[in-house]
Amino acid sequence: MSDATDTGPVLAADGRPLKRSLQRALRAEKLRALALIAPLLIFILVTFIAPIADMLFRSVENEIVSDTLPRTTLALDGWDHKSGQIPSEDVFAAFTYDLVAAAERKQHTRLGTRLNYEMTGISSLFRKTGRRVDDFGELYMDQFVDLDPAWVEPATWVTLFADPAWISSFEDWQAGDRKDATRPQPLFVASDTLGTILPETTDSYTEFARVAQTVNADSPLEETPWAPVYEALYRDLSRADSAAIAALEGPARTLLAPAQAAVAGFRTETLSDLYIDVDKDWGDPEVWATIQAFTPKYTAGYFLNAVDLQQTADGIAVQPEDQRIYFLLFKRTMFMSMMIMGSCVLLGYPIAYLLSNLSLRASNLLLILVLLPFWASLLVRTSAWKVLLQQQGVINDVLVWLGLVDDGHRLVMINNQFGTIVAMTHILLPFMILPLYSVMKTIPHTYVRAAKSLGATNWTAFWRVYFPQSVPGIGAGCILVFILSIGYYITPELVGGTTGTFISNRIAYHISSSLNWGLAAALGAILLAVVLILYWAYDRLVGIDNVSLG
Amino acid sequence: MKLKNILLTTGAALIAAPMAFAQDMADSMTLVSWGGAYQKSQIDAYSDPYKAMHEGLEVVWDESSNEAVAKLRAMNEAGNITWDLVDVVASDAIRLCDEGLAMEYDPDELLAPAPDGTPASEDFGDLIVSDCFIPQIVYSTTFGYRTDLVGDTPPSTVCDVFDLEKYPGKRSLEKRPINNMEWALYCDGVAKDEIYDVLETEEGQARAFAKLDTIKDDVIWWSAGADTPQLLADGEVVMGSTYNGRLFSLIEEQKQPVAMLWDMQVFDLDGWIIPTGLSDERLARVKDFVYYATDTQRLADQAKYISYGPARASSAPLVGKHAELGIEMGPHMPTDPANAKNTLLYNYEWWADYRDDLDAKFQSWLAQ
Repeated sequence: MSDATDTGPVLAADGRPLKRSLQRALRAEKLRALALIAPLLIFILVTFIAPIADMLFRSVENEIVSDTLPRTTLALDGWDHKSGQIPSEDVFAAFTYDLVAAAERKQHTRLGTRLNYEMTGISSLFRKTGRRVDDFGELYMDQFVDLDPAWVEPATWVTLFADPAWISSFEDWQAGDRKDATRPQPLFVASDTLGTILPETTDSYTEFARVAQTVNADSPLEETPWAPVYEALYRDLSRADSAAIAALEGPARTLLAPAQAAVAGFRTETLSDLYIDVDKDWGDPEVWATIQAFTPKYTAGYFLNAVDLQQTADGIAVQPEDQRIYFLLFKRTMFMSMMIMGSCVLLGYPIAYLLSNLSLRASNLLLILVLLPFWASLLVRTSAWKVLLQQQGVINDVLVWLGLVDDGHRLVMINNQFGTIVAMTHILLPFMILPLYSVMKTIPHTYVRAAKSLGATNWTAFWRVYFPQSVPGIGAGCILVFILSIGYYITPELVGGTTGTFISNRIAYHISSSLNWGLAAALGAILLAVVLILYWAYDRLVGIDNVSLG
Repeated sequence: MKLKNILLTTGAALIAAPMAFAQDMADSMTLVSWGGAYQKSQIDAYSDPYKAMHEGLEVVWDESSNEAVAKLRAMNEAGNITWDLVDVVASDAIRLCDEGLAMEYDPDELLAPAPDGTPASEDFGDLIVSDCFIPQIVYSTTFGYRTDLVGDTPPSTVCDVFDLEKYPGKRSLEKRPINNMEWALYCDGVAKDEIYDVLETEEGQARAFAKLDTIKDDVIWWSAGADTPQLLADGEVVMGSTYNGRLFSLIEEQKQPVAMLWDMQVFDLDGWIIPTGLSDERLARVKDFVYYATDTQRLADQAKYISYGPARASSAPLVGKHAELGIEMGPHMPTDPANAKNTLLYNYEWWADYRDDLDAKFQSWLAQ
């Protein structure tokens, strides 16, 4: 013992401390192991985890409103939807600047579609208004131009509002090769001088110039601004401090001072009237309340919709009774998946038992029969059930021929829950039989014989000795069948009619037909959560260690 | 020296020629359609003759029109548009246009004028329902009935669908509110031009559902266009709604005891859209193809293979006989005056607004 304290740590053959050298060897081994599974890990991350995470993220993402209507989002902050009044002119002005740019970028209809999920009619409201909004402010445009024709000249606007440094860099860019990707087009920058005196005009002209550059590939130096910019100029000038304008120098003063003196005498119009003239719905505070309720970047709205609630300006409310459907569908999906799982156990257990007790030759032959349905397409198998079960189908024909059923009262066996359960039990049965079979194969016959020799009846020997040993197979089969069945949608769609459809049919509808991906993602997230909860419950009740897939 | 020069220049020309071709127009394109007899009619009438004119051109067909809107949106998000021309119904074209996924075009620049010089915008007229939509055919959703199951007086109006006493048995209707709500209100006594005004109100919707309630237990709801023809052929239903072209092939090609009920057929349009974001060469190729495939003769040719009406006014007189059956196609067109006595035009704008709302109500009504 004293040796060790004298010589310090134990050394490896190469003279290094043994502990460190061992650690290094282990680390190298771990890294090698990680490198070996890295392709699979990356593959799963990229093709499985990432898309699911991305899809689920859509269920709360709602940036479209604040991205498309940034000014309106800010302006609506001070508006109280409970007042019963439509928002002030300031909000309408902010909305006009947002909408005209959005219409030019073709984003307004997309936003309209988004908001239409929350309030019927907004889609066409946005489409209709987007066509007209670039005329809003024309009254002021005409009066400014009448006052001084310079107001129609693009050069006037550029001299007043553009940063001189931007003008020179933009002219440089224009002179060179425009297709050269290494020389990006310099985006319009406003000068600081008028920013404080005419804030709305500076802001809306900047928006105009950038849209002209990026969307239409035009030069702001050659384009007259759209009418809403004149609206902004009118609004700014009627509020601006005349001393500040008098203090300006050069063309800014010579243009703006007389304009400011003249605006008091301008013919005026209110923006809200223009909007209501396009569509009376703009006079409905409810529309504005909907926009306001969905301005945050993240929303619980989709999740609320997915459980038959809705987000309104006043908070969370229950959907009208005639639109509640998702809770019912979730319930039905769970119930029917349980039914399918149960019938798979009932049908699969005896077959698996038979398979495991036959001679290898016979059981292999039967196993092929179990696997045979996998060789036919899912659609073919489902359609075959249609032919069998429909009212003019094979089974009904046979029953009528046998005289068991009256021709006028043929059984309804398809386009309802029964049809779905039958067809899906058939399709999912192999997933129950295979794990059961592989577990039953490993149960020694001697146990049952021993039980019998000790005096157990057939039933007791089966129930007390054989069955408990086959439970892991039942567990595995049940989990497989249940999870597969709650995600099914083709079979329920084809044979489910109206009462036999699943929640997955609605998810598919929202993904491919209504394009409400947010709601589809929320429904999918809930479904995933339900599966995880059931899995957890199963683990607590039965224990996941007791599951054997063979 | 001279020979070498000649060889060099010819060689260069030979190499340069296909390259110049490639720069102007892509030498392959992917067209998307609905599959089945309809896509075959497009191949026969448009793409095969076009391919014969352009040697070396590769045309790939994709049968994804059913989920074109969702797929185009996904492609757009991924930044990789693999389709060049997509066949969609007009309502989908409007949505794609709204989302900025379809390209806006100028009809008189992109499309050929009629043989008499009428510009395309007039020849297609009101059928250009969206700035992105290139109309191709007019089809209708209408009813067919089993002639052997309806007794001596065959149904003559759409309201016979709602008459269970006169025509007992199952009917098939599409599993969506569109068309069904309109028919229900019409048969509940609402005047045709007031249908959408009534349907806008809560009471109107309740009225339509109440009318549908009277036959709800006897309806098989379909979601694929092939369902109703199959159900009619099996005798599962007495009458059912589907696209008129499907009924035509059931009656004329498969000789089933089925007849058309043209009353209150709902006109709808189908046509092309060009996705946004195509490269210049691909766009040039697609434009060239569209110019050819939507001219007066080509649209009339398509009617040789399927009973859908050409979208151009100038094509109607050129519609001839079916390519295989040899029967006159005129009387089988939904637009034929004898068939179009009482029709309804699908209201795109209205449904774009009310689709989500009414669909939720409709599904909830179905599930109860």
